[in-house]
Amino acid sequence: MIKIIFKEHSGAVHEVTGTEGESLMDVAMNNMVPGIDGDCGGDCACGTCHVIVAADWANKLAQANGEEDALIGMTPDKQDGSRLACQVVLNGDLDGMEVTLPEFQM
Amino acid sequence: MSMPKLEDLTLDPYSLALDSIDVSDSRIFQHGTAWESYFERLRNEDPVHFQKESPFGPFWSITRFEDIQFVDKHHELFSSEPSILIGDMTDELPLEMFIAMDNPRHDEQRVAAQPVVAPRNLADMESLIRERVSAILDDLPVGETFDWVDKVSIELTGQMLATLFDFPQEERRKLPYWSDLAVGLPEISGGDVTVEERNAGLQACFQRFNEIWQERASLSDEERAGKFDLISLLQNSEKTKDMADRPMEFLGNIMLLIVGGNDTTRNSITGGVVALNKNPGEFDKLKNNPSLIPNMVSEIIRWQTPLAHMRRIATEDVELNGKTIKKGDKVVMWYASGNRDERVIPNPDDFIVDRAKARHHLSFGFGIHRCMGNRLAEMQIRITWEEILKRFDSIEVVQDPTYVKSNFVKGYTELLVKLTAK
Repeated sequence: MIKIIFKEHSGAVHEVTGTEGESLMDVAMNNMVPGIDGDCGGDCACGTCHVIVAADWANKLAQANGEEDALIGMTPDKQDGSRLACQVVLNGDLDGMEVTLPEFQM
Repeated sequence: MSMPKLEDLTLDPYSLALDSIDVSDSRIFQHGTAWESYFERLRNEDPVHFQKESPFGPFWSITRFEDIQFVDKHHELFSSEPSILIGDMTDELPLEMFIAMDNPRHDEQRVAAQPVVAPRNLADMESLIRERVSAILDDLPVGETFDWVDKVSIELTGQMLATLFDFPQEERRKLPYWSDLAVGLPEISGGDVTVEERNAGLQACFQRFNEIWQERASLSDEERAGKFDLISLLQNSEKTKDMADRPMEFLGNIMLLIVGGNDTTRNSITGGVVALNKNPGEFDKLKNNPSLIPNMVSEIIRWQTPLAHMRRIATEDVELNGKTIKKGDKVVMWYASGNRDERVIPNPDDFIVDRAKARHHLSFGFGIHRCMGNRLAEMQIRITWEEILKRFDSIEVVQDPTYVKSNFVKGYTELLVKLTAK
Protein backbone atom coordinates (compact mmCIF):
# COMPACT_ATOMS: atom_id res chain seq x y z
CA MET A 1 0.00 0.00 0.00
CA ILE A 2 1.20 3.49 -0.87
CA LYS A 3 0.29 6.32 1.50
CA ILE A 4 -0.83 9.67 0.02
CA ILE A 5 -1.61 12.77 2.07
CA PHE A 6 -4.17 15.09 0.48
CA LYS A 7 -4.55 18.59 1.95
CA GLU A 8 -7.67 20.51 1.08
CA HIS A 9 -7.44 24.26 0.52
CA SER A 10 -9.33 24.72 3.80
CA GLY A 11 -6.54 22.84 5.59
CA ALA A 12 -8.41 19.57 6.13
CA VAL A 13 -6.07 16.58 5.73
CA HIS A 14 -6.92 13.16 4.29
CA GLU A 15 -4.38 10.37 4.75
CA VAL A 16 -5.33 7.59 2.35
CA THR A 17 -3.71 4.64 0.61
CA GLY A 18 -3.59 3.40 -2.96
CA THR A 19 -1.82 0.70 -4.92
CA GLU A 20 0.91 0.75 -7.56
CA GLY A 21 -0.46 1.60 -11.00
CA GLU A 22 -3.47 3.56 -9.76
CA SER A 23 -3.66 7.23 -10.65
CA LEU A 24 -3.69 9.92 -8.01
CA MET A 25 -7.18 10.81 -9.26
CA ASP A 26 -8.41 7.23 -8.70
CA VAL A 27 -6.99 7.27 -5.18
CA ALA A 28 -8.73 10.55 -4.36
CA MET A 29 -12.03 9.39 -5.87
CA ASN A 30 -11.92 5.94 -4.23
CA ASN A 31 -11.38 7.56 -0.84
CA MET A 32 -13.99 10.30 -1.23
CA VAL A 33 -11.41 13.09 -1.01
CA PRO A 34 -13.42 16.20 -1.97
CA GLY A 35 -12.24 18.86 -4.41
CA ILE A 36 -11.46 16.76 -7.46
CA ASP A 37 -14.11 16.60 -10.20
CA GLY A 38 -12.44 14.51 -12.92
CA ASP A 39 -15.14 15.38 -15.44
CA CYS A 40 -13.51 13.56 -18.38
CA GLY A 41 -13.00 10.35 -16.42
CA GLY A 42 -9.21 10.49 -16.28
CA ASP A 43 -8.39 11.06 -19.95
CA CYS A 44 -6.28 14.23 -19.56
CA ALA A 45 -8.99 16.18 -21.36
CA CYS A 46 -10.70 18.54 -18.91
CA GLY A 47 -8.26 19.86 -16.28
CA THR A 48 -10.66 19.34 -13.35
CA CYS A 49 -8.37 17.09 -11.31
CA HIS A 50 -5.73 19.77 -10.74
CA VAL A 51 -3.48 19.17 -7.70
CA ILE A 52 -0.27 20.75 -6.41
CA VAL A 53 2.46 18.27 -5.55
CA ALA A 54 4.87 19.29 -2.76
CA ALA A 55 8.31 20.30 -4.08
CA ASP A 56 10.15 17.37 -2.42
CA TRP A 57 7.93 14.97 -4.32
CA ALA A 58 7.39 16.73 -7.63
CA ASN A 59 10.81 15.72 -8.99
CA LYS A 60 10.07 12.05 -8.33
CA LEU A 61 7.24 12.12 -10.87
CA ALA A 62 7.42 11.42 -14.58
CA GLN A 63 7.40 14.66 -16.58
CA ALA A 64 4.05 16.06 -17.69
CA ASN A 65 3.35 15.57 -21.40
CA GLY A 66 2.28 18.36 -23.74
CA GLU A 67 -1.44 17.71 -23.27
CA GLU A 68 -1.21 17.93 -19.51
CA ASP A 69 0.91 21.09 -19.73
CA ALA A 70 -1.61 22.68 -22.10
CA LEU A 71 -4.52 22.07 -19.72
CA ILE A 72 -2.61 23.18 -16.63
CA GLY A 73 -1.53 26.28 -18.55
CA MET A 74 -5.19 27.28 -18.81
CA THR A 75 -5.96 27.34 -15.10
CA PRO A 76 -5.46 30.75 -13.50
CA ASP A 77 -4.53 28.91 -10.29
CA LYS A 78 -1.42 27.26 -11.76
CA GLN A 79 1.51 26.97 -9.33
CA ASP A 80 4.91 25.27 -9.15
CA GLY A 81 4.12 21.59 -8.68
CA SER A 82 0.76 21.79 -10.50
CA ARG A 83 -0.23 18.46 -12.05
CA LEU A 84 -3.34 16.68 -13.23
CA ALA A 85 -4.04 13.89 -10.77
CA CYS A 86 -5.21 11.55 -13.55
CA GLN A 87 -1.71 11.66 -15.08
CA VAL A 88 0.24 10.85 -11.89
CA VAL A 89 0.61 7.09 -11.55
CA LEU A 90 1.47 5.64 -8.14
CA ASN A 91 4.66 3.67 -7.52
CA GLY A 92 6.58 2.67 -4.42
CA ASP A 93 8.77 5.81 -4.51
CA LEU A 94 5.74 7.95 -3.85
CA ASP A 95 4.85 6.43 -0.46
CA GLY A 96 4.04 9.36 1.85
CA MET A 97 3.63 11.96 -0.93
CA GLU A 98 1.93 15.24 0.00
CA VAL A 99 -0.55 16.76 -2.41
CA THR A 100 -2.48 20.02 -1.98
CA LEU A 101 -5.85 20.67 -3.60
CA PRO A 102 -6.44 24.08 -5.20
CA GLU A 103 -9.20 26.39 -3.98
CA PHE A 104 -11.06 25.97 -7.30
CA GLN A 105 -11.05 23.49 -10.14
CA MET A 106 -11.35 25.13 -13.54
CA MET B 1 -30.68 28.38 -50.02
CA SER B 2 -34.05 26.58 -50.23
CA MET B 3 -36.09 26.38 -47.04
CA PRO B 4 -37.63 22.93 -46.57
CA LYS B 5 -40.71 22.89 -44.36
CA LEU B 6 -40.87 21.31 -40.93
CA GLU B 7 -44.04 19.38 -41.82
CA ASP B 8 -42.18 17.66 -44.69
CA LEU B 9 -39.56 16.20 -42.34
CA THR B 10 -39.45 12.40 -42.23
CA LEU B 11 -39.97 11.54 -38.57
CA ASP B 12 -38.87 7.91 -38.83
CA PRO B 13 -35.17 7.82 -39.76
CA TYR B 14 -35.35 4.01 -40.11
CA SER B 15 -37.48 4.52 -43.25
CA LEU B 16 -34.54 6.29 -44.95
CA ALA B 17 -31.48 4.83 -46.69
CA LEU B 18 -28.63 5.05 -44.19
CA ASP B 19 -26.36 7.05 -46.48
CA SER B 20 -29.08 9.63 -47.07
CA ILE B 21 -29.41 10.54 -43.39
CA ASP B 22 -28.39 14.17 -43.08
CA VAL B 23 -28.28 15.33 -39.46
CA SER B 24 -27.28 18.85 -40.52
CA ASP B 25 -30.98 19.39 -41.38
CA SER B 26 -31.97 21.95 -38.72
CA ARG B 27 -35.57 20.69 -38.84
CA ILE B 28 -34.65 17.58 -36.83
CA PHE B 29 -33.90 19.94 -33.93
CA GLN B 30 -36.74 22.35 -34.67
CA HIS B 31 -39.12 19.38 -34.39
CA GLY B 32 -38.07 18.94 -30.78
CA THR B 33 -37.42 15.21 -30.50
CA ALA B 34 -36.80 13.89 -34.06
CA TRP B 35 -33.04 14.32 -33.55
CA GLU B 36 -33.10 11.61 -30.85
CA SER B 37 -34.01 8.74 -33.21
CA TYR B 38 -31.88 10.10 -36.08
CA PHE B 39 -28.77 10.01 -33.93
CA GLU B 40 -29.73 6.74 -32.24
CA ARG B 41 -29.68 5.09 -35.66
CA LEU B 42 -26.30 6.59 -36.56
CA ARG B 43 -24.76 5.62 -33.20
CA ASN B 44 -25.88 2.02 -33.69
CA GLU B 45 -25.41 1.51 -37.42
CA ASP B 46 -22.87 4.04 -38.67
CA PRO B 47 -21.28 5.93 -35.77
CA VAL B 48 -18.73 7.73 -37.97
CA HIS B 49 -21.07 8.76 -40.75
CA PHE B 50 -20.11 10.44 -44.03
CA GLN B 51 -22.66 12.73 -45.63
CA LYS B 52 -21.62 13.40 -49.23
CA GLU B 53 -24.09 16.14 -49.97
CA SER B 54 -25.56 18.67 -47.57
CA PRO B 55 -26.30 22.40 -47.60
CA PHE B 56 -23.00 22.72 -45.72
CA GLY B 57 -20.97 20.57 -48.10
CA PRO B 58 -19.67 17.07 -47.41
CA PHE B 59 -19.00 16.29 -43.75
CA TRP B 60 -18.40 13.50 -41.23
CA SER B 61 -20.71 13.06 -38.24
CA ILE B 62 -19.14 11.73 -35.04
CA THR B 63 -21.95 10.44 -32.86
CA ARG B 64 -20.59 8.23 -30.05
CA PHE B 65 -19.33 9.64 -26.74
CA GLU B 66 -15.86 8.11 -26.85
CA ASP B 67 -15.20 9.02 -30.48
CA ILE B 68 -16.23 12.62 -29.77
CA GLN B 69 -13.90 12.76 -26.78
CA PHE B 70 -11.08 11.45 -29.01
CA VAL B 71 -11.64 14.10 -31.70
CA ASP B 72 -12.07 16.92 -29.19
CA LYS B 73 -8.91 15.98 -27.33
CA HIS B 74 -6.71 15.61 -30.42
CA HIS B 75 -6.56 19.24 -31.52
CA GLU B 76 -3.39 18.48 -33.46
CA LEU B 77 -5.34 16.08 -35.72
CA PHE B 78 -8.49 18.18 -35.92
CA SER B 79 -8.17 21.93 -36.50
CA SER B 80 -10.67 24.46 -35.15
CA GLU B 81 -9.86 26.94 -37.94
CA PRO B 82 -11.49 28.78 -39.58
CA SER B 83 -14.80 28.12 -37.78
CA ILE B 84 -16.28 25.77 -35.20
CA LEU B 85 -19.77 25.78 -36.73
CA ILE B 86 -20.84 23.35 -39.44
CA GLY B 87 -21.35 26.19 -41.93
CA ASP B 88 -18.57 28.61 -42.81
CA MET B 89 -18.89 32.21 -41.68
CA THR B 90 -19.40 34.84 -44.37
CA ASP B 91 -16.28 36.80 -45.19
CA GLU B 92 -17.83 40.20 -44.62
CA LEU B 93 -17.08 40.16 -40.90
CA PRO B 94 -14.07 37.92 -40.32
CA LEU B 95 -14.40 37.81 -36.53
CA GLU B 96 -11.35 36.52 -34.72
CA MET B 97 -12.25 34.25 -31.83
CA PHE B 98 -9.84 31.99 -30.01
CA ILE B 99 -12.44 29.21 -29.96
CA ALA B 100 -11.77 29.05 -33.73
CA MET B 101 -7.97 29.28 -33.53
CA ASP B 102 -5.28 26.63 -33.27
CA ASN B 103 -2.14 26.96 -31.20
CA PRO B 104 -0.10 28.95 -30.46
CA ARG B 105 -2.58 31.81 -30.96
CA HIS B 106 -5.38 29.98 -29.18
CA ASP B 107 -3.48 29.57 -25.94
CA GLU B 108 -2.21 33.17 -25.93
CA GLN B 109 -5.66 34.65 -26.30
CA ARG B 110 -7.50 32.19 -24.11
CA VAL B 111 -5.09 32.55 -21.22
CA ALA B 112 -5.64 36.33 -21.38
CA ALA B 113 -9.44 36.07 -21.35
CA GLN B 114 -9.89 33.08 -19.04
CA PRO B 115 -9.54 34.92 -15.70
CA VAL B 116 -12.68 36.96 -16.41
CA VAL B 117 -14.83 33.89 -15.81
CA ALA B 118 -12.52 32.08 -13.37
CA PRO B 119 -14.14 30.78 -10.18
CA ARG B 120 -12.07 33.24 -8.11
CA ASN B 121 -13.83 36.17 -9.78
CA LEU B 122 -17.22 34.51 -9.72
CA ALA B 123 -17.40 34.42 -5.95
CA ASP B 124 -17.66 38.24 -6.02
CA MET B 125 -20.64 38.03 -8.37
CA GLU B 126 -22.69 35.37 -6.64
CA SER B 127 -24.73 37.63 -4.37
CA LEU B 128 -25.46 40.09 -7.18
CA ILE B 129 -26.65 37.29 -9.44
CA ARG B 130 -28.84 35.88 -6.65
CA GLU B 131 -30.44 39.31 -6.10
CA ARG B 132 -31.29 39.63 -9.78
CA VAL B 133 -32.63 36.08 -10.04
CA SER B 134 -34.79 36.66 -6.95
CA ALA B 135 -36.22 39.90 -8.38
CA ILE B 136 -37.19 38.18 -11.63
CA LEU B 137 -38.82 35.22 -9.87
CA ASP B 138 -40.71 37.47 -7.40
CA ASP B 139 -42.21 39.30 -10.36
CA LEU B 140 -43.71 36.23 -12.08
CA PRO B 141 -47.51 35.88 -12.31
CA VAL B 142 -48.47 32.91 -10.12
CA GLY B 143 -51.44 30.88 -11.40
CA GLU B 144 -51.42 32.47 -14.86
CA THR B 145 -50.08 31.07 -18.12
CA PHE B 146 -46.92 32.83 -19.32
CA ASP B 147 -43.88 32.22 -21.52
CA TRP B 148 -41.00 30.95 -19.37
CA VAL B 149 -38.50 31.53 -22.21
CA ASP B 150 -39.23 35.24 -22.43
CA LYS B 151 -40.02 36.10 -18.81
CA VAL B 152 -37.35 33.99 -17.14
CA SER B 153 -34.70 32.45 -19.39
CA ILE B 154 -34.02 35.39 -21.73
CA GLU B 155 -34.62 37.99 -19.02
CA LEU B 156 -32.26 36.24 -16.65
CA THR B 157 -29.45 35.63 -19.14
CA GLY B 158 -29.87 39.19 -20.45
CA GLN B 159 -29.50 40.61 -16.94
CA MET B 160 -26.61 38.32 -16.12
CA LEU B 161 -24.74 39.19 -19.30
CA ALA B 162 -25.35 42.90 -18.67
CA THR B 163 -24.02 42.37 -15.13
CA LEU B 164 -20.95 40.52 -16.39
CA PHE B 165 -20.06 43.27 -18.89
CA ASP B 166 -21.36 46.07 -16.64
CA PHE B 167 -23.48 46.90 -19.70
CA PRO B 168 -26.46 49.28 -19.21
CA GLN B 169 -29.28 47.13 -17.75
CA GLU B 170 -31.94 49.07 -19.70
CA GLU B 171 -30.30 47.84 -22.94
CA ARG B 172 -29.88 44.25 -21.76
CA ARG B 173 -32.20 42.67 -24.33
CA LYS B 174 -29.77 43.72 -27.08
CA LEU B 175 -27.28 41.13 -25.84
CA PRO B 176 -29.33 37.97 -26.48
CA TYR B 177 -30.56 39.56 -29.73
CA TRP B 178 -27.00 40.07 -31.00
CA SER B 179 -26.15 36.55 -29.94
CA ASP B 180 -29.07 35.15 -31.96
CA LEU B 181 -27.92 37.10 -35.01
CA ALA B 182 -24.32 35.95 -34.73
CA VAL B 183 -25.06 32.26 -35.22
CA GLY B 184 -28.47 32.32 -36.92
CA LEU B 185 -27.67 32.48 -40.66
CA PRO B 186 -29.00 29.68 -42.89
CA GLU B 187 -25.46 29.12 -44.19
CA ILE B 188 -24.02 28.85 -40.66
CA SER B 189 -26.53 26.74 -38.75
CA GLY B 190 -29.70 26.36 -40.84
CA GLY B 191 -31.38 29.33 -39.11
CA ASP B 192 -33.59 32.10 -40.49
CA VAL B 193 -31.51 35.26 -39.93
CA THR B 194 -30.66 37.32 -43.05
CA VAL B 195 -27.15 38.55 -43.85
CA GLU B 196 -28.40 42.18 -43.83
CA GLU B 197 -29.93 41.88 -40.36
CA ARG B 198 -26.87 40.11 -39.04
CA ASN B 199 -24.39 42.64 -40.37
CA ALA B 200 -26.45 45.59 -39.14
CA GLY B 201 -26.78 44.01 -35.70
CA LEU B 202 -23.13 43.14 -35.36
CA GLN B 203 -22.11 46.65 -36.45
CA ALA B 204 -24.39 48.09 -33.78
CA CYS B 205 -22.95 45.66 -31.24
CA PHE B 206 -19.42 46.63 -32.11
CA GLN B 207 -20.18 50.37 -31.90
CA ARG B 208 -21.89 50.02 -28.53
CA PHE B 209 -19.08 47.96 -27.05
CA ASN B 210 -16.52 50.33 -28.48
CA GLU B 211 -18.25 53.21 -26.65
CA ILE B 212 -18.34 51.21 -23.44
CA TRP B 213 -14.70 50.27 -23.85
CA GLN B 214 -13.74 53.96 -24.28
CA GLU B 215 -15.85 55.03 -21.27
CA ARG B 216 -14.24 52.43 -19.11
CA ALA B 217 -10.76 53.14 -20.41
CA SER B 218 -11.19 56.76 -19.32
CA LEU B 219 -11.59 55.67 -15.69
CA SER B 220 -8.58 56.12 -13.45
CA ASP B 221 -6.58 53.00 -12.60
CA GLU B 222 -7.96 53.20 -9.07
CA GLU B 223 -11.55 53.31 -10.26
CA ARG B 224 -10.97 50.42 -12.63
CA ALA B 225 -9.12 48.25 -10.13
CA GLY B 226 -12.32 47.88 -8.10
CA LYS B 227 -14.37 46.67 -11.05
CA PHE B 228 -14.86 43.00 -11.87
CA ASP B 229 -16.72 43.25 -15.17
CA LEU B 230 -15.34 41.51 -18.24
CA ILE B 231 -14.38 44.74 -20.06
CA SER B 232 -12.41 46.07 -17.07
CA LEU B 233 -10.69 42.72 -16.64
CA LEU B 234 -9.67 42.74 -20.32
CA GLN B 235 -8.35 46.29 -19.87
CA ASN B 236 -6.44 45.31 -16.75
CA SER B 237 -4.57 42.51 -18.51
CA GLU B 238 -1.32 43.36 -20.32
CA LYS B 239 -2.12 41.12 -23.29
CA THR B 240 -5.65 42.36 -23.91
CA LYS B 241 -5.55 46.02 -22.84
CA ASP B 242 -5.13 47.24 -26.46
CA MET B 243 -7.70 44.85 -27.89
CA ALA B 244 -10.02 47.64 -29.09
CA ASP B 245 -7.28 48.62 -31.58
CA ARG B 246 -7.80 45.22 -33.21
CA PRO B 247 -11.51 45.45 -34.07
CA MET B 248 -12.09 41.93 -35.41
CA GLU B 249 -10.37 40.39 -32.39
CA PHE B 250 -12.25 42.71 -30.02
CA LEU B 251 -15.64 42.01 -31.58
CA GLY B 252 -14.77 38.32 -31.87
CA ASN B 253 -14.03 38.04 -28.17
CA ILE B 254 -17.10 40.04 -27.18
CA MET B 255 -19.29 37.87 -29.41
CA LEU B 256 -17.70 34.73 -28.01
CA LEU B 257 -18.54 35.83 -24.48
CA ILE B 258 -22.08 36.87 -25.47
CA VAL B 259 -22.90 33.73 -27.45
CA GLY B 260 -21.13 31.52 -24.93
CA GLY B 261 -23.08 33.05 -22.06
CA ASN B 262 -26.44 33.36 -23.75
CA ASP B 263 -27.89 30.38 -25.61
CA THR B 264 -26.22 27.93 -23.31
CA THR B 265 -27.56 29.23 -20.01
CA ARG B 266 -30.86 30.39 -21.50
CA ASN B 267 -31.74 27.00 -22.93
CA SER B 268 -30.48 25.08 -19.92
CA ILE B 269 -32.79 27.14 -17.71
CA THR B 270 -35.74 26.29 -19.97
CA GLY B 271 -34.52 22.71 -20.51
CA GLY B 272 -34.57 22.01 -16.78
CA VAL B 273 -38.27 22.89 -16.59
CA VAL B 274 -39.05 20.71 -19.63
CA ALA B 275 -37.03 17.80 -18.25
CA LEU B 276 -38.67 17.92 -14.81
CA ASN B 277 -42.13 18.00 -16.42
CA LYS B 278 -41.32 14.93 -18.49
CA ASN B 279 -40.01 13.20 -15.36
CA PRO B 280 -42.36 14.37 -12.56
CA GLY B 281 -41.01 11.94 -9.97
CA GLU B 282 -37.66 13.72 -10.25
CA PHE B 283 -39.18 17.06 -9.23
CA ASP B 284 -40.54 15.43 -6.06
CA LYS B 285 -37.12 13.94 -5.38
CA LEU B 286 -35.57 17.37 -5.77
CA LYS B 287 -38.08 19.13 -3.52
CA ASN B 288 -37.51 16.52 -0.82
CA ASN B 289 -33.75 16.95 -1.11
CA PRO B 290 -32.60 20.34 -2.46
CA SER B 291 -28.97 19.33 -1.85
CA LEU B 292 -29.32 17.45 -5.14
CA ILE B 293 -29.37 20.77 -7.03
CA PRO B 294 -25.64 20.83 -7.98
CA ASN B 295 -25.87 17.29 -9.34
CA MET B 296 -29.06 18.16 -11.18
CA VAL B 297 -27.33 21.16 -12.76
CA SER B 298 -24.87 18.81 -14.49
CA GLU B 299 -27.73 16.52 -15.49
CA ILE B 300 -29.63 19.46 -17.02
CA ILE B 301 -26.55 20.51 -18.98
CA ARG B 302 -26.14 16.94 -20.29
CA TRP B 303 -29.81 16.28 -21.00
CA GLN B 304 -30.35 19.60 -22.77
CA THR B 305 -26.93 19.89 -24.48
CA PRO B 306 -27.61 23.52 -25.44
CA LEU B 307 -24.99 23.51 -28.19
CA ALA B 308 -25.60 20.52 -30.46
CA HIS B 309 -22.23 20.40 -32.18
CA MET B 310 -18.70 21.69 -32.74
CA ARG B 311 -16.89 21.21 -36.01
CA ARG B 312 -13.25 20.54 -36.92
CA ILE B 313 -11.13 20.02 -40.07
CA ALA B 314 -8.81 16.96 -40.20
CA THR B 315 -5.15 17.98 -40.48
CA GLU B 316 -4.10 14.50 -41.68
CA ASP B 317 -5.73 11.18 -42.55
CA VAL B 318 -7.23 9.70 -39.37
CA GLU B 319 -8.70 6.21 -38.79
CA LEU B 320 -11.72 6.34 -36.52
CA ASN B 321 -14.08 3.46 -35.73
CA GLY B 322 -13.22 1.70 -39.01
CA LYS B 323 -13.50 4.74 -41.27
CA THR B 324 -10.74 6.84 -42.82
CA ILE B 325 -11.27 10.56 -42.42
CA LYS B 326 -9.14 12.29 -45.07
CA LYS B 327 -6.96 15.31 -44.48
CA GLY B 328 -9.06 18.43 -45.13
CA ASP B 329 -12.41 16.74 -44.42
CA LYS B 330 -15.00 18.51 -42.30
CA VAL B 331 -15.72 16.66 -39.05
CA VAL B 332 -18.74 17.44 -36.86
CA MET B 333 -18.81 16.26 -33.25
CA TRP B 334 -22.46 15.91 -32.26
CA TYR B 335 -22.36 16.53 -28.51
CA ALA B 336 -26.16 16.15 -28.43
CA SER B 337 -25.75 12.57 -29.67
CA GLY B 338 -22.76 11.64 -27.52
CA ASN B 339 -24.64 12.77 -24.43
CA ARG B 340 -27.34 10.17 -25.25
CA ASP B 341 -24.85 7.36 -25.97
CA GLU B 342 -26.07 4.32 -24.02
CA ARG B 343 -22.55 2.84 -24.21
CA VAL B 344 -21.34 5.42 -21.68
CA ILE B 345 -24.48 6.82 -20.05
CA PRO B 346 -27.07 4.35 -18.69
CA ASN B 347 -30.69 5.17 -19.66
CA PRO B 348 -29.45 8.31 -21.40
CA ASP B 349 -32.86 9.66 -22.45
CA ASP B 350 -34.03 9.70 -18.83
CA PHE B 351 -33.49 12.78 -16.72
CA ILE B 352 -32.27 11.66 -13.30
CA VAL B 353 -31.51 14.40 -10.75
CA ASP B 354 -29.30 12.11 -8.67
CA ARG B 355 -27.59 10.41 -11.63
CA ALA B 356 -24.18 8.92 -10.75
CA LYS B 357 -21.22 10.60 -12.49
CA ALA B 358 -23.47 13.36 -13.81
CA ARG B 359 -20.45 15.56 -14.49
CA HIS B 360 -19.22 13.09 -17.11
CA HIS B 361 -20.91 14.73 -20.12
CA LEU B 362 -19.79 16.33 -23.37
CA SER B 363 -21.66 19.64 -23.26
CA PHE B 364 -18.56 21.65 -22.28
CA GLY B 365 -16.34 19.82 -24.76
CA PHE B 366 -12.93 18.38 -23.87
CA GLY B 367 -9.33 19.39 -24.52
CA ILE B 368 -7.90 22.87 -25.00
CA HIS B 369 -11.17 24.27 -26.36
CA ARG B 370 -13.24 23.15 -23.37
CA CYS B 371 -15.80 25.74 -22.31
CA MET B 372 -14.12 28.34 -20.11
CA GLY B 373 -17.43 29.60 -18.70
CA ASN B 374 -18.41 26.21 -17.28
CA ARG B 375 -18.29 27.30 -13.64
CA LEU B 376 -20.24 30.47 -14.34
CA ALA B 377 -22.91 28.47 -16.16
CA GLU B 378 -23.18 25.97 -13.33
CA MET B 379 -23.40 28.76 -10.77
CA GLN B 380 -26.15 30.60 -12.64
CA ILE B 381 -28.29 27.49 -13.08
CA ARG B 382 -27.69 26.41 -9.48
CA ILE B 383 -28.76 29.79 -8.06
CA THR B 384 -31.82 29.83 -10.33
CA TRP B 385 -33.02 26.46 -9.02
CA GLU B 386 -32.20 27.29 -5.40
CA GLU B 387 -34.41 30.36 -5.67
CA ILE B 388 -37.15 28.55 -7.64
CA LEU B 389 -37.48 25.88 -4.95
CA LYS B 390 -37.84 28.55 -2.24
CA ARG B 391 -40.86 30.03 -4.04
CA PHE B 392 -42.75 27.53 -6.15
CA ASP B 393 -44.33 24.17 -5.56
CA SER B 394 -44.73 23.38 -9.25
CA ILE B 395 -43.96 24.71 -12.72
CA GLU B 396 -46.53 23.07 -14.96
CA VAL B 397 -45.86 23.01 -18.71
CA VAL B 398 -49.28 23.74 -20.24
CA GLN B 399 -48.37 23.38 -23.93
CA ASP B 400 -45.61 21.61 -25.85
CA PRO B 401 -42.66 23.97 -26.28
CA THR B 402 -41.54 25.34 -29.64
CA TYR B 403 -37.91 24.92 -30.62
CA VAL B 404 -35.13 26.90 -32.27
CA LYS B 405 -34.52 26.11 -35.93
CA SER B 406 -30.79 25.51 -35.80
CA ASN B 407 -28.36 22.62 -35.93
CA PHE B 408 -26.11 24.48 -33.48
CA VAL B 409 -28.23 26.16 -30.80
CA LYS B 410 -30.40 23.43 -29.33
CA GLY B 411 -33.11 25.31 -27.53
CA TYR B 412 -36.57 26.76 -27.14
CA THR B 413 -38.46 29.70 -28.61
CA GLU B 414 -41.48 29.40 -26.31
CA LEU B 415 -42.51 27.41 -23.24
CA LEU B 416 -45.92 28.18 -21.73
CA VAL B 417 -46.10 27.35 -18.03
CA LYS B 418 -48.22 27.94 -14.95
CA LEU B 419 -46.74 28.33 -11.46
CA THR B 420 -48.08 27.17 -8.13
CA ALA B 421 -46.79 29.09 -5.11
CA LYS B 422 -45.21 27.20 -2.24
